[in-house]
Amino acid sequence: MKKSASERLFDYGNIIFMMLLSVGTLYPLIYVLIASFSDPGFISQYRGLLLYPQGITLDAYKLVFMNPNITNAYGNTLFYVFVGTTFNIIMTSLGAYALSRRGVMWTSAIMFFIVFTMFFDGGLIPMYILVGNLGLLDTRWALIIPGAVSAFNLIIMRTAFQAVPYSLEESARIDGANDWTIMFRIVLPLSLPVMAVMVLFYGVSHWNSWFPAMIYLQDRTLLPLQLVLREILITNNTDSMLTAISSGDKAPIGETVKYATIIVSTVPILLLYPFLQKYFVKGVMIGAIKE
Amino acid sequence: MPDLQQQTSSGTIVKKDFPKESFRHRVIRDFKVNKMIYLMLLPVVVYYLIFHYGPMYGLQIAFKDYAPTKGFWGSSWVGLTHFQDFFNSFFFWRLLKNTLLLSLYSMLFFFPAGIILALLLNELTSNRFKRLVQTITYMPHFVSLVVIVGIMFDFLSVNGLINNLLSSVFGIEPIPFMREAGWFRSLYIGSDIWQNIGWSSIIFLAAISNIDTSLYEAARMDGAGRWKQNLYITLPGIMPTIVILLILFIGKFMTVGVEKILLMYNPITYETADVIQTFVYRKGILEANFSYSAAVGLFNAIISLTLLVIANGIARRTGESKLW
Repeated sequence: MKKSASERLFDYGNIIFMMLLSVGTLYPLIYVLIASFSDPGFISQYRGLLLYPQGITLDAYKLVFMNPNITNAYGNTLFYVFVGTTFNIIMTSLGAYALSRRGVMWTSAIMFFIVFTMFFDGGLIPMYILVGNLGLLDTRWALIIPGAVSAFNLIIMRTAFQAVPYSLEESARIDGANDWTIMFRIVLPLSLPVMAVMVLFYGVSHWNSWFPAMIYLQDRTLLPLQLVLREILITNNTDSMLTAISSGDKAPIGETVKYATIIVSTVPILLLYPFLQKYFVKGVMIGAIKE
Repeated sequence: MPDLQQQTSSGTIVKKDFPKESFRHRVIRDFKVNKMIYLMLLPVVVYYLIFHYGPMYGLQIAFKDYAPTKGFWGSSWVGLTHFQDFFNSFFFWRLLKNTLLLSLYSMLFFFPAGIILALLLNELTSNRFKRLVQTITYMPHFVSLVVIVGIMFDFLSVNGLINNLLSSVFGIEPIPFMREAGWFRSLYIGSDIWQNIGWSSIIFLAAISNIDTSLYEAARMDGAGRWKQNLYITLPGIMPTIVILLILFIGKFMTVGVEKILLMYNPITYETADVIQTFVYRKGILEANFSYSAAVGLFNAIISLTLLVIANGIARRTGESKLW
């Protein structure tokens, strides 16, 4: 089909807009990346856009990896991500499987019981008191148990499980399979793309979570990475940033250490996500429509 | 009479024209047949009872003078005192205004941004370029709020990147962006668009791809250009999705990004930045004023639910899609 001049003009304008949007999206992250490898003295003086590293150095990264605050928090975050996500996936898939079965009397009532919590909840304070009463305050479990199931993710998973052809389940039952076997041998293996998205959603939310840790944890040895990052980036607590060097040298290298910390804490997630991107559309779509 | 009914192996009941079974019998039989299903559901139901319905039960402290030493039962009832205190407090109108304005501006600027991006992405002729733009614009969604707000503090500080560019290109005096109440809403919503525009376009793109392509062919036959096709086919085609998401958005009006505000704000910007939920956090967690802050939280949750019901009602009446 031939395009009119105005349509072609629109196409070019659209492409230029998309390029600007992409550059605008990426540049802040690229700036941080470039600055983290640059000479601290240079960065503290430099005014303007950075296009490539100036005087490449890994000093900032060395300081980050030598900082026990950061390495310890990194370990904690890995714990919260792995244990938390595993727990999330087990709980959510049990619920999603059970609620996706046909001919079970109470499923729609239970579904309502769960979905209702998406629109009304007790709020922050009763939750805080509850976590305290259960003796979870200042323990690792405070970051894992209270958020065990996300109703949103449960809906996504349930919808995926419902899409598994019923005939497969039926023939398995004739061969004597029970629900556990059907779940692990048939339904889960056929829903791997959605499971991957679930792992990503839960994993990322654990990785990026800081608020529950701030309210539930006092013990500094339990803090996750994001909370230490908050001290470094936002409350400007240079003590938690630079433990290994004398105070006189702190000023210039402080900036690049900030950038290096950002990179170290963000890159693992950004490396993971492009591989799962193709499954998003499905996951997000199902969740929003089927509520 | 359970034995008159036939069951398939999977537990589905095949109804025949037999006398109706009593409710009690059905419950018992359903439970026997689906034992394992209910066993699987047990941990999830227990979890929801404790961690979602438990706090709802705990909301009674909003009507009491809760003291941790006395527990829920020992604390005395005070009726609506905490609510009255809140309504009469100096902060009430400011908090309500800040909460609603921030959400309203988000709805006016953030919400349409995703739709516009989806429409523009849909117009791209090269699929590879489209996928590239998608990959890039989805990315910031996965970056933590701490990092995003941290970068904002860095770039927007008096000698940060933005001020340097502004002063060298336009000769503008440095502006302490993060320390001026007047900038808060723009920065909050601007950074939200930067972080989530791509992510929020996904769902609209998916809706667009579900539109019957023969509609476009017919429109082209009738001589409709791309602008008209968008106006008369694409937009109406994704309208149900837009309405559902808008209802959900309104349902989240009162809980507008607390975590992000907590990271961004400081006492200097409270004037525009302090919302009901951040106030609850300060009163409840920092000052241990449990009953009062629980009352404020309950007020917030009730407004939230009311807004959702109203939005859904309007959507129903206008014949667009609805949440329930």
